[in-house]
Amino acid sequence: MRTLLAVFRKEVLDNFRDRRTLVSALVMGPIFGPVLFAFVINLSIERSLSDADNELEIAVIGAEGAPNVIRYLESENIVIGDSPADRAAAIAAVDSGAADVVVVIPETFAAQLAEGIPARIEVISDRANAQAQRDARRARDALRAYGQQIAAIRLVARGVSPLVMQAINVDDVDVSTPSGRSAILLGMMSYFFIFALLMGGMYLAIDTTAGERERGSLEPLLALPVTRNQLMLGKIAATCLFMWVSLMLSLWSFYVALKFLPLEQLGMTPNFSPTVVLAAFLLLAPFALLGASIMTLVASFTKSYKEAQTWLSVVLIAPTLPILIVSILTLRPTLGFMFVPSLSQHLLLVDMIKNEPVNLLHVAISVTSTLFFGVLLAGICARLYRREGLLG
Amino acid sequence: MIVVKDIHKSFGSVRAARGISFDAPDGKITGLLGPNGAGKSTTLRVLYTVLKPDSGTASIDGIDVVADSLGARQRVGALPHGAGLYPHLSARENIAYYARLCGLDRPSVDAKVDSIINLLEIDDFADRQTKGFSQGQRTKVALARALVHDPQNIILDEPTNGLDVMATRSLRRLILKLRDAGRCVLFSSHVMQEVAALCDDIVIIAAGRVALRGSAAEICERTGCDDLEDAFVHAIHMVEDV
Repeated sequence: MRTLLAVFRKEVLDNFRDRRTLVSALVMGPIFGPVLFAFVINLSIERSLSDADNELEIAVIGAEGAPNVIRYLESENIVIGDSPADRAAAIAAVDSGAADVVVVIPETFAAQLAEGIPARIEVISDRANAQAQRDARRARDALRAYGQQIAAIRLVARGVSPLVMQAINVDDVDVSTPSGRSAILLGMMSYFFIFALLMGGMYLAIDTTAGERERGSLEPLLALPVTRNQLMLGKIAATCLFMWVSLMLSLWSFYVALKFLPLEQLGMTPNFSPTVVLAAFLLLAPFALLGASIMTLVASFTKSYKEAQTWLSVVLIAPTLPILIVSILTLRPTLGFMFVPSLSQHLLLVDMIKNEPVNLLHVAISVTSTLFFGVLLAGICARLYRREGLLG
Repeated sequence: MIVVKDIHKSFGSVRAARGISFDAPDGKITGLLGPNGAGKSTTLRVLYTVLKPDSGTASIDGIDVVADSLGARQRVGALPHGAGLYPHLSARENIAYYARLCGLDRPSVDAKVDSIINLLEIDDFADRQTKGFSQGQRTKVALARALVHDPQNIILDEPTNGLDVMATRSLRRLILKLRDAGRCVLFSSHVMQEVAALCDDIVIIAAGRVALRGSAAEICERTGCDDLEDAFVHAIHMVEDV
């Protein structure tokens, strides 16, 4: 035990003095997540706000033939911009990207409207352009609403209630809560936490295996009257400590970042109180042992520091795979998923953020199975440390 | 006291040691002399238990290196070839780390580290971080580290490699000091003059076998050569002709 403690203290001190380790553990992981997150959130807020409230400028050909249509559009906050000469020029302009949407009102429009046959209006846009499609939809919706208004007036003029046209009234009922809506976007937070956790220990995992070997400090260490289990466990313990510090910082930096993001404007109120921060820490903490062991295991097979770095960046991505698959298939949390490390933490964390009751059995299984895999891999690491081939 | 009996060790198709036997008594300096790739390092690595022999046995003060490797390591201080330090720790911290690993408690760690720093005359740079140390400084710290648990047996793999004259001299003085204190010192080298100047007993190794052993004078006498260098070349040819 004294030996284990000596290894632990030395690794912590040594790595604390190593700027590269320190930056990756205490800056990269904790800052990268919140910054990227704030960027994505801000972008989506900007987009959703730009929709109905902003003035939209649309080119219209033949506006002089339909003054009422134009007046209606203007009442919907759509203004008429410079228009191309004719329909062919409009198509060319949309195709080249010079214009997003062009509305073409043919000369026959007024006559058709007067005769009561469906009057034709064209909306020209590029379906492949997502931004233009939103503008086109606004223009289409406004034109359709104007058409319905005319139709209603015609029915009234013939003594028929406009309601006959509306046989069914479809009403959407959305049961998601503001916290629930947050979960979709905030689901990606759990990966940032796992990323920060792994980043925190990455350089220690390399240093304890490939690094020691490359420096030539491994062989004298192994020649000491110390068992290799104690060396390995001391090193893994130090790696876990750095991972936990990194995770803690990451959780609090998210806590601070969320305070400054105008999430209410997106109809989201994530449940990310200090209590949830601490609960999330406890939930993710067991993953440190597993992560430290996997990284140590991978690094111990590599020949050099650089090679270890390359392989470990693959390990950083691995925990996203189960999260990604489940997110794409939009599967609900089940008992079976709780046996899968990283996925179980993700699902439980999403529940917490959604402010939904957390299934304690699920938590117990998640913690137990993650710890089980962690201990198993730590054991394999210790075995590998007994190999002669370790010296390279 | 180190006893090696018929050690064999192969790495894939490379047969590094093919039946090496010798012993290194207490109070004497034993030198393993041989060309590069002769099997010196392999033999020493078996002795400080980072390698297991394919066959044969070796013991440190009567403790078998395979059956009780931990016990054997307790009685050995090893300086492997090109031993590295922890660059972010000071020389003192590097030494104290090994002292703690060897189970010394805190007050005795400080006392022990101080005394070993004095013994190796490294006070000048003891409290600096070891990155940027010269090869000589690094070797001294690595040696201090290896001696921190007062081992009876000291194994040094090419300790003078990369050292200048002054550093080599001070290392020689230290090795003599250790011998006079009754320790068993076993070291390897491919430099003739060094072995001739220092060793009480020489074991010439070539192609994984012991070619000759004895004092410098005995080896010259047996090969019928006047100086050790000719004797060395002669001995190597003897083995390679077999």
